[in-house]
Amino acid sequence: MHIDAELIWHNDFTSPTFDAAIIPGGFSFGDHLRAGIIAAASPATEIVRKLADDGKPVLGICNGFQILIEAGLLPGALLRNSSLKFVCKWMNLQIKNNDSAFTCKFERASTARMPIAHNEGRFFAEEEVLNRLEAEGKVVMTYAGENPTGTSRGITAISNKDGNVVGMMPHPERASDSSLGGTDGLKVFESMVEWARC
Amino acid sequence: MNQTFPIEIIISNKPQARDPEGETIARDLMHKAGYDCVKDVRTGKLLLAKIEARDEEEAKSKVLAMCNDLRLYNPIAHTITIRARN
Repeated sequence: MHIDAELIWHNDFTSPTFDAAIIPGGFSFGDHLRAGIIAAASPATEIVRKLADDGKPVLGICNGFQILIEAGLLPGALLRNSSLKFVCKWMNLQIKNNDSAFTCKFERASTARMPIAHNEGRFFAEEEVLNRLEAEGKVVMTYAGENPTGTSRGITAISNKDGNVVGMMPHPERASDSSLGGTDGLKVFESMVEWARC
Repeated sequence: MNQTFPIEIIISNKPQARDPEGETIARDLMHKAGYDCVKDVRTGKLLLAKIEARDEEEAKSKVLAMCNDLRLYNPIAHTITIRARN
């Protein structure tokens, strides 16, 4: 799979001239105050918002998911893992919804294996909000079985209403080559290409 | 004439969200040391801001507006308490 991509530093991301955007994982601004909150205030986030509003695929991975939440592009909150430990392990995931820009190439209700590596990945929202997210199909992936972070209802990836903006705690890029331990993550990027084409 | 007021901003999890750090402190530190009078511990983050304003009320209301504007707390998961430190 070949995709023309550019790695752009946030201060240099000034124009929405792309077909898709991915905000990667990391520790932007040292996770100070709350993971993702300071990065969400970067001018780059406004460019991401323009792409999202235009219906382009926008993916937030791990810290990227936290940033999308703090920018108000996705609902809910990501709190510290209930074990208080940084959890770093390969997880079995269930694909709950394949109507999103990053899961349309998966079979609905299929499983996938990808690693997680984070300290603040416990998705939280009040019960009525969780019910609504599930009913509207905005829960995109859950953990299948084990839930090492205490995330509500095993939720580990959600989308916005239109399905073009997705936030996920697992790292698909770390599951996209057999030398890394698995290739299930490739379908996330194949989905993005498919969605951008339509 | 403006003065400077020390204003405390305390950010903590809403009661509906578990606070495992508070639970750990209560269970593994306090109860283990015999302080069974401790029934519950919730943690929070404290920001102490020195605010220039006409009076204390104006200082607190400026801080509240800023907290909402900047999402200093996530309204889905957190509560904030704003008070003047005396």
